[in-house]
Amino acid sequence: MSAYYTSVDHFALIPALMLALFGCAVLLLDFLVFPSPRQRKGLLVFLALGVGFAGFGLLRQQSFLAEQGLSDFTAFHGALTIDGFSIFFNWIFLAASLIVALVSYKYLEIEGEHHGEYYGLILLANCGMYFLACGTDLVTLFVGLELMALSFYIMVGFLRSDKRSNEAAMKYLLLGAFSSGLLVYGFSILYGLAGSTRLGDITAALAGRSAWDPLVFLALTTTAVGLLFKISAVPFHMWAPDAYEGAPTTVTAYLSVGSKAASFAFLVRIFLGPLAAAREVWVPLLSAVAIATMTVGNLAAISQTNIKRLLAYSSISHAGYILLGLVAGNATGIKGVAVYVLVYTFMNLGAFLVVVALRRKDILGEELEDLGGLMHKSPGHALLMLIFLLSLAGIPPTAGFLGKYYIFWALIETRHYLLAVVAAAYVAVAIYYYFRVVRSMFVAEAPDREPVASSFGLRLALGVTGLLTLAIGIYPEPWLGLAQTSVLLR
Amino acid sequence: MSEHVLSLVLFTPLAGMFVLLLIPGSRKDLIRLWANLVGAAGFLVSIPLVLRFDKNAGGFQMVERAEWIPSLGARYIVGIDGISLLLVMLTTLVGALAILSSWSAIEERVKQYYAMFLLQQTGMLGVFVALDFFLFFVFWEVVLVPMYFIIGVWGGPRKLYAAIKFFLYTLAGSVLMLLGILTLYFEHFRQFGFYTFEIAELMKLDLPLGLQQWVFWAFFIGFAIKVPMFPFHTWLPDAHVEAPTAGSVILASILLKMGTYGFLRFSLPLLPKASLDPLIVQILIGLSLVAIIYGALVSLMQQDWKKLVAYSSVSHLGFCTLGIFALNPNGLAGSVIQQINHGISTGMLFLIVGIVYERRHTREIAEYGGLAHVMPKFATVFAIAMLSSAGLPLLNGFIGEFTILQGAFEANRAWAAFAVTGVILGAAYLLWLYQRTMLGQITNPKNLRLPDLNGRELAVFLPLIAWAIWIGVYPKPYFEVLEKPVAQIVERVRPDYFHRSPAAVAGLEVLR
Repeated sequence: MSAYYTSVDHFALIPALMLALFGCAVLLLDFLVFPSPRQRKGLLVFLALGVGFAGFGLLRQQSFLAEQGLSDFTAFHGALTIDGFSIFFNWIFLAASLIVALVSYKYLEIEGEHHGEYYGLILLANCGMYFLACGTDLVTLFVGLELMALSFYIMVGFLRSDKRSNEAAMKYLLLGAFSSGLLVYGFSILYGLAGSTRLGDITAALAGRSAWDPLVFLALTTTAVGLLFKISAVPFHMWAPDAYEGAPTTVTAYLSVGSKAASFAFLVRIFLGPLAAAREVWVPLLSAVAIATMTVGNLAAISQTNIKRLLAYSSISHAGYILLGLVAGNATGIKGVAVYVLVYTFMNLGAFLVVVALRRKDILGEELEDLGGLMHKSPGHALLMLIFLLSLAGIPPTAGFLGKYYIFWALIETRHYLLAVVAAAYVAVAIYYYFRVVRSMFVAEAPDREPVASSFGLRLALGVTGLLTLAIGIYPEPWLGLAQTSVLLR
Repeated sequence: MSEHVLSLVLFTPLAGMFVLLLIPGSRKDLIRLWANLVGAAGFLVSIPLVLRFDKNAGGFQMVERAEWIPSLGARYIVGIDGISLLLVMLTTLVGALAILSSWSAIEERVKQYYAMFLLQQTGMLGVFVALDFFLFFVFWEVVLVPMYFIIGVWGGPRKLYAAIKFFLYTLAGSVLMLLGILTLYFEHFRQFGFYTFEIAELMKLDLPLGLQQWVFWAFFIGFAIKVPMFPFHTWLPDAHVEAPTAGSVILASILLKMGTYGFLRFSLPLLPKASLDPLIVQILIGLSLVAIIYGALVSLMQQDWKKLVAYSSVSHLGFCTLGIFALNPNGLAGSVIQQINHGISTGMLFLIVGIVYERRHTREIAEYGGLAHVMPKFATVFAIAMLSSAGLPLLNGFIGEFTILQGAFEANRAWAAFAVTGVILGAAYLLWLYQRTMLGQITNPKNLRLPDLNGRELAVFLPLIAWAIWIGVYPKPYFEVLEKPVAQIVERVRPDYFHRSPAAVAGLEVLR
């Protein structure tokens, strides 16, 4: 260990190191050890090992903070900050990666595109997310974002022979590159203002300036646009429905939870860190964006007939709700963002997993009619989907209610009554389109007699997400305790 | 066991549902038998509540409390007073009878049907016994989902429209109510420094009138949609007409009472200043009177038997809300008794529609006529149900309506005068319905061979008829049970009410 790489640096980096190492190892092992497609399932073991080691690293960090009674520690001269917030989000990313990888092999075999690099890309994307959650330096954050985004560009276009998948990847890539450009432009102004890329230095530099300083305003808006694009907030949401629809369903699931959760972690760090000084500027801005996001997401979802598009619009509307937690900005609001992201991860993953199960040989299984008669054909899947949809709609006692509850609570606490009423009204709108899906499953006739796809991984993942969606809703105490630590944001 | 008697009542249907899910779906009769056993057991375990209830004790009884989500301050607290006792008994009895009435009506997806019914039963009981606002809200929302399925899967031709309309209306109301709850929750934290949803704690809040008014309207939206009060009633006829018979029975007898119960349990005691605000009282009374008269007039011109009964609910629930916002002991006690009465009589009326519908598959009133000739037992039962709903003395409806009118009269004579027209119109549409369907000669040859009530159908009606007569002939125990809780609510809203002599109160009203 040298002055440039101390043991603390190592300790902070180890989970990311594990993810990157195993990600690269999977790429190599794929053609060295597992040349035949039938053996590629074995790569899952390496993925699980990578996630497991990363999780162990996280656990060590967590217990270190607890033992030392510290709220955080920094590494690489402040480029990385390990605090409750980063650890909480990293747990979510690891869970999402593992669940997505578990269900993928069967799906990719059906699609005929089961390649080893897929698992490597999942790990590398997760590695990028790690830096988004704990990075406190503009360059670190940007590199993390790009690592994640590049992995996703490839995964979205993973179905090489499918036109839709190619189109989706191209759209996502072009718009994503554009937004990264804007983001990095904003970063350059921030750097110019502070003379440093550390978030702490920027915070100090901006604190001395007026919130309406034109340079601060320019930095704020360009950074915001870049980030809002990543969380698919209106008006930067156009890519999401197309990318979600075209991408392999497992990737859509990962994109909708992993990428979104990481971008929210990033967003919270930037807005409550350096940009906190300009709060009076961005609160109305983000309020307007949140309302527009909920409006477009909910209203556009009503008329969708493709489940993936419907869930895409639904996830846009959820981004609006999470933004409201940031608008409130107090401890309840941040905890609300954390709780919402946690429950959203499991319920949204679960809903996409049911769609994954509908993909069978020769049946695309993406239209609303394809869900027809599911209750008759496969009651387990139908009931799980019902739980996920109720949770997405925010009906107690499912987990989704808890997320909405915190957001409403934070809004009332900070006296944003009007926002609270608008957000509440959209809950009723959302139930309409979620129950269009329920209606298909429970009332409509089945369009085919083909049983739904099933594999051990899929059953396990569905069981875990379903159980968590119910358990967090019925007995949330331990999970709230976990989220409590995330408020300890540096 | 004895200290968990309320939890036992609450979770018996849910436990029964989990066992039901283990029975294979093909064994329909076994499923029906099990569901009926659970329904009956649900009623039997609720009887100890009556035996152990002490009508002289104020406050809540048989209270159970346990920690649930400490970091939010939400607890599992259940308990009952006289108002909830009556509603709980109504729920367990009507629930069991509704399950019994479905034996031959439901042929498709029997298992899912009964599972939904039992889940709903626990949800409704939870609403009536919860003393923690968070717990209350969870149960309140849990009720929506089974009812959506009961209407949406086993309903009539426009079932999907009716089901989603029901769901959207109620949900829109309840999320706004949630915002009201959160406001109280947060204000409590500001005043006392800790978060809690416990009703008894929230009652200690001292809020300015302005805030109380806002919260009152938030609650109002949630409860008024559920009652339903005019102009939020439009979901009701659709839901009632499309729902299967037992669904309509539960909807009318119990679900609607969740709204009036909400006003009694939450709006009045938690927001006393707003509840006494002249503008709010006038609006609420105005809407109640409109509901009474409008509901009756619309009933009068219905061609569809079930729709007629549905609109009669709007009118009868108008009486209940009128009694509540008369804000005096007679009005409140009458309102609760009328809620029970409506549960009994309208429940019977929906069962009656269900019985002819099962035989003829039409609800057009014009299709019937002279049924008394072929179905004498049925005609007798219908006559009792109809007269009890119309408020004939010696039957239950009279007691409720009379007491409410007494309360309304005490508050303002004009209110009572308008409400009385509702009673007259009520008698008109019910008697006319009876005349058109039961009396005269059989004009439609299809009605010549209709079978009369069988033993099971009769068994569904007998407990309800007995209860209707009991309340009608000897209502004293009901008033005794209600005396304390009603006095507490009035004391809370109008602290000086009991300190003035009744004569002075009456004199003041005359002067006004």
